[in-house]
Amino acid sequence: MRVLVRDGLFTDADPPALLGSHCAHCGATNFPRTDTCAYCATDAPDPVELSRAGTLWAWTAITAPPPGYLGDIPYGVGVVELPEGVRVITRLTESDPSVLTVGQPMELCVVPLHRDDDGNDVVSYAFAAAASSS
Amino acid sequence: MSGVAVTGVGMHPFGRFDGVSTTDMGAYAVRAALREAGVGKGGFQAAFCGTAYGGVATGHKVLSRLGMTGMPIVDVEAGCASGGAALMLANAAIRAGQYDTVLVFGTEKMPKGIIRSSFFDPWQEEAGLAATPSFFAMRAQRLCLTSGVTKDHLARVVVKNRKHGATNADAMYQKETSVEEVLASRVVSEPLHLFMLCSPNEGAAALVLRRADLPAPSTPVTLAAAVLRSHIAGSVLSESTPLSGLADDTAPPPTTLAATAAYEEAGLGPSDLHVVECQDTDAARELQSCEELGLCEPGGSAALLDSGATKLGGRLPVNPSGGLLSKGEPLGASALGQVVELVRQLRGDCGVRQVDGARAALSHTVGRGANAGVVILTNERG
Repeated sequence: MRVLVRDGLFTDADPPALLGSHCAHCGATNFPRTDTCAYCATDAPDPVELSRAGTLWAWTAITAPPPGYLGDIPYGVGVVELPEGVRVITRLTESDPSVLTVGQPMELCVVPLHRDDDGNDVVSYAFAAAASSS
Repeated sequence: MSGVAVTGVGMHPFGRFDGVSTTDMGAYAVRAALREAGVGKGGFQAAFCGTAYGGVATGHKVLSRLGMTGMPIVDVEAGCASGGAALMLANAAIRAGQYDTVLVFGTEKMPKGIIRSSFFDPWQEEAGLAATPSFFAMRAQRLCLTSGVTKDHLARVVVKNRKHGATNADAMYQKETSVEEVLASRVVSEPLHLFMLCSPNEGAAALVLRRADLPAPSTPVTLAAAVLRSHIAGSVLSESTPLSGLADDTAPPPTTLAATAAYEEAGLGPSDLHVVECQDTDAARELQSCEELGLCEPGGSAALLDSGATKLGGRLPVNPSGGLLSKGEPLGASALGQVVELVRQLRGDCGVRQVDGARAALSHTVGRGANAGVVILTNERG
């Protein structure tokens, strides 16, 4: 069975979505969903699903397993900027930094991390290079 | 309101010391600082101890070992800026007239390898989103995109600091390196190679602060400012390590917030400084720190390095101690280790790595939280 690495972070639907919040007071969008706006401290920002498509803003790869991580290495990590004006820390499906470029179109997906002790496949959100980009 | 002087400093070398405890190292550094200040049992009215991994009552264990307890002892955790936070509290307490003499120290034994931080939720580790080098690497990449910094610049920061550190008996690495050797070390997280990252390690540092209008046994150095600031939300790659940030990236970083307040408190600006010790947890961080501290224009850190200004003998030597790239980083002690170096620089005690005529110095640490600490020290001997 598939389980999310953390409930409430994203939907494992087709297509998936990141779950965030939008503050009607200051206009900021936050990920993950919060009960108080991180920017203006207004309570109860609106729950929203974030755009699935964005552009690559920063990226790298991890080549040695960090503490608490049970998945494969190397793996990609990056920052993707979404049209809502929010930049999101994310795994990347691409673990070779040399094939990625700044501003490149990216799209959201769900990827397996590892199998847990109960035999569940633990999955996370990630971004992949958009199908239309080379 | 009295000014504050640093009347004694002590340091346990930074490195790896199997069989030597956090308490042992702390006691070593504290003994040395008290000896220099001519202070014994009953001679200080409060103690502040910076530590992140030391555990419960680290400061109490150190002072129990020395038979000097009874005063308030407060452990302070502020990530990489723990020592800066302890110094800020001690400085404020003396200025407020609460105490005449205060002991400030930091001691730490870091686990080996990539720092594991309780700051992160377990799911972030599980998803691979809690690897400290990946955040350093992406900050470095952004600096390369915005400031014309190249991998060659990053390597040359390491070469500079390791050259400085080669003469520092308290440093973990006392051996020079070359651009070729740095670039031949393995890639940890592109664009950062192993030699471009500091080593988490072990060590301790201590200071005695005293009201400046009271007599002191040696030539005191003036503590002109000790400021701590946290972050303002906005930057996705801030040391606050959020999961998201704003595309409108205009919030000033915590380092700039702390530096601006410290310059104002000290009545000095960046152009008045003669020597700087700044956060160089990775090579790019030193360049970013130079920009955030106002040592150069935004985007000007590559040119500053190219000019030779930041090496010993240059206009404004940065990290003459060798920096964290040479010394390694024991979180609770690293900020105070910088201050120990600067006090010795201002006294003219640094031998071959002495910055001639140094009269104003700045120390800077920044890390998880976010926490940024900026300390300004002066020596009026002119």
